[in-house]
Amino acid sequence: MLYDIFIDPFVQMVEMPDFFLQVLWEGFVAGILYALIALGFVLIFKASGVFNFAQGIMVVFAGLTLVGLHEQGVPAFLALIMTIGVMGILAYGIERVVMRPLVNQPDIILLMATIGLTYFLIGFGEFVFGGEPKKMIAEELGLPTGSTAFEFGERGLVILQHIDIAAAVIAILMVTALGIFFNKTRIGRALRAVADDHQAALSVGISLNQIWAIVWFAAGLVALATGIMWGARSDVSFALEIVAFKALPVLILGGFTSIPGAIIGGLIIGFGEKIGEIYWGGLVGGGIESWLAYIIALVFLLFRPQGLFGDKIIERV
Amino acid sequence: MFYREAGQFKTTYEADQALFPIRQDRYGLAVIIVIALVVVPFLSNDFFLSSIMIPFLVFSLAAIGLNVLTGFAGQLSLGTGAFMGVGAYAAYKLTSIFPDVNVIVVVLLSGVFSAAVGAVFGLPSLRIKGLYLAVTTLAAQFFLEWCFIRIPWLYNYNASGAIEIPKREMFGVVISGAEATPLARYFVVLAITAFIALLVANIMRGRIGRSWMMIRDMDIAAELMGVRPLQTKLMAFAVSSYICGVAGAMMVFFWLNAAEASSYSITLSFQILFMVILGGLGSVAGSFMGAAFIWILPVFLKFVPGAIGISIGAETVEHLTFMIVGALIIFFLIVEPHGFARLWQLGKQKLRVWPFPY
Repeated sequence: MLYDIFIDPFVQMVEMPDFFLQVLWEGFVAGILYALIALGFVLIFKASGVFNFAQGIMVVFAGLTLVGLHEQGVPAFLALIMTIGVMGILAYGIERVVMRPLVNQPDIILLMATIGLTYFLIGFGEFVFGGEPKKMIAEELGLPTGSTAFEFGERGLVILQHIDIAAAVIAILMVTALGIFFNKTRIGRALRAVADDHQAALSVGISLNQIWAIVWFAAGLVALATGIMWGARSDVSFALEIVAFKALPVLILGGFTSIPGAIIGGLIIGFGEKIGEIYWGGLVGGGIESWLAYIIALVFLLFRPQGLFGDKIIERV
Repeated sequence: MFYREAGQFKTTYEADQALFPIRQDRYGLAVIIVIALVVVPFLSNDFFLSSIMIPFLVFSLAAIGLNVLTGFAGQLSLGTGAFMGVGAYAAYKLTSIFPDVNVIVVVLLSGVFSAAVGAVFGLPSLRIKGLYLAVTTLAAQFFLEWCFIRIPWLYNYNASGAIEIPKREMFGVVISGAEATPLARYFVVLAITAFIALLVANIMRGRIGRSWMMIRDMDIAAELMGVRPLQTKLMAFAVSSYICGVAGAMMVFFWLNAAEASSYSITLSFQILFMVILGGLGSVAGSFMGAAFIWILPVFLKFVPGAIGISIGAETVEHLTFMIVGALIIFFLIVEPHGFARLWQLGKQKLRVWPFPY
C-alpha cells in the first residue's frame, strides 16, 4: 500500500518519461484554460470587489453567441466582431441594471446577484440558442488544427495538439496585453485606483460607472477568448459551466487580486490535477479530478490564507 | 391600528422575553398552525401535498440549517447540498442495518453523521474567512459527491447507484417508501420541521446563539470578550450540518423515495443559499418565506402559460423560468437586500402606525 502511494507513481514517471511529458502537457493546457477563466474573475474582483460568479456562464454565452451568429450565415470574422459588440452591450447592461443599484452592498449580496445573473444568462442562452452542444468554428476563425508528434527517447511519442499551442500563445499574449493595459494606460491606472479605494477614486474625478462597464467588457473579452479555446477543444455547451467552478481553487491559490497569481495558480491546479488523476487516482477508484483541485486549495489555504500573491490580510477591530 | 401592542402589559420577565411577546403574533401563529394541521390536509389533493407542501417544508428546514451557519454565525457555505446528502445516505444505511428502528429516529440520528462531517469541513473556518471559506466548502461539496458515487457500500451495492427507500411503518401507518400516502408523509415532515424550527428559534435567544452572532459581527472583538472562536464556529458548522442532514434525509425518505448523488449536487446548494438570502439572513421565519418563493415560484410559472391560454413548449417554459427566477433574484436583492424577513418587519411597522405614515 505504502509502495503504491509513495514509490510506484514515481517509478512509473521515470520509466515512461514520454507518457509523463504528455501528462505534463495536458496539465499545462488545462491549467492555461483554468487560468483564463480565473483571469476574468480577477479583473472584476480587482476593480469592483465583486466576486463574479457569472464568469463561467459568460464564457459559454460568448461561445454560443459566436457559433450561433455563424450558423445564421454571418461570416466568421464578422461574427467575432459582432460577438464582441454583444459582450459590450452585456457589460453595459450588467453595470446599469445590476451593479449600479447594488453599489456599497456587502460582498455576499453582490455574490448572490452574480449568481442570479448566472441563472438569467443560462435561461437566456438556452432560450435563444437551444440547449444542445454546438461545434466551435475553430477552422473558420483561422485557428490551427491537427497535431504534431515529437519523437522522444527511443520509443516515445509526445503529441501536441496545435489548438493547445495556440491557446497557450493566446493566453500569454492576453496576459501581457492586460498587464500593459493595467500599468501603462490612463484607463488602466484609473482601474487600479478604483480597486484601491472607491471613494478616493471618485473624488479625483474617475467615473465609477464608466470604469465598471469597461471592466465587465474586458472580462467579457477574456470570456470570449476562453470560450473559443474551450469550445475548440470540446464542444460549446452549458457543461462548461461546471468547469468554471475549477477557476475558484485557482483563484484561491493565486490570490483574488493578482493577475500573475491567476496564471500560476491555474498551472499548479492543472498540473496537480492531471498528475494526481493519472498516477494516484487509480488507488481510490478514479475520478478524483472533480475534487482534487479544491483539496489542494484547501490545504494550501490553511498555511497561507491570502493566496500566493494576494494582498496581506490585516484585521482590525 | 390592526397590529398595535398598546395595552398589552407584561408583568413578568418571562412574559417579556417570550418567543412571541405580542398577542397578535400569537394569534397569527395559531392561525398558521390551524392552516397547517387542518386546512391544508383537508382541502388539498395529493399533487399539492407531494409536490408543493412536502418539498417546501423540507427546503425550509434546509434553509434554516444554512441560516444557522451563514445568517447567524456568518460563515458562508456552498456545501449545503453535500451535507444534506450525508444525512440522506447515513439514514439509508442506518435503516438498512437496523430495519426495526423507527424511521423518524433514524432520520433524526442521521443528522449526527452530517454534523460530524460538517465539523471536519468547518475546521478551516478558523483561518479562512468570507469568500475564501465559500470556496473551501466547495471542496466538501465535490469531495462528498464523489464519495456518494464511488463508495458502493453507501448505496448497498445497488446496480443503479441510487438509494431506494424501503417501506417503513409507524403505529401501523406507512410513512416512507413508495406506498406511503402524501398525507402521512406531510404530517411527519411538518412535525420534524416545526420541532427543529422551534428549537433553533430558542437556541438563537440563548448563550450559544448570541456567541454565534458575536462571531458573525466581529470575530476578533468576540474573541477578546471571551468567546472561543474555534468551538463556536465548529459548533455552528455542526448544528447547521445536523439540520441540513435531517432535511436531506427527509428529502429522500418522505419526498423523493429514491435519490442518487446528483440529487445532492451543487445546484441544490445554490438553491438553498438563494432561499436563505432572499428570505433574509438571520431569520427563521425568513427561511420559510425564502423556501416558499424559490420552490413555489417555478412550479407556479409552469402553470401560468397554460392558464392564460398560450401554448409553448416545456423546454421554453423551463428556460423562461430560469430567466425570470434569475431576474427576480436580482430585483429583490436591489429592492431589499435584507430579504423578505425585513419586508415583513417593515410591513408590520406600517400596520402598527396605520393610518398615519409614521
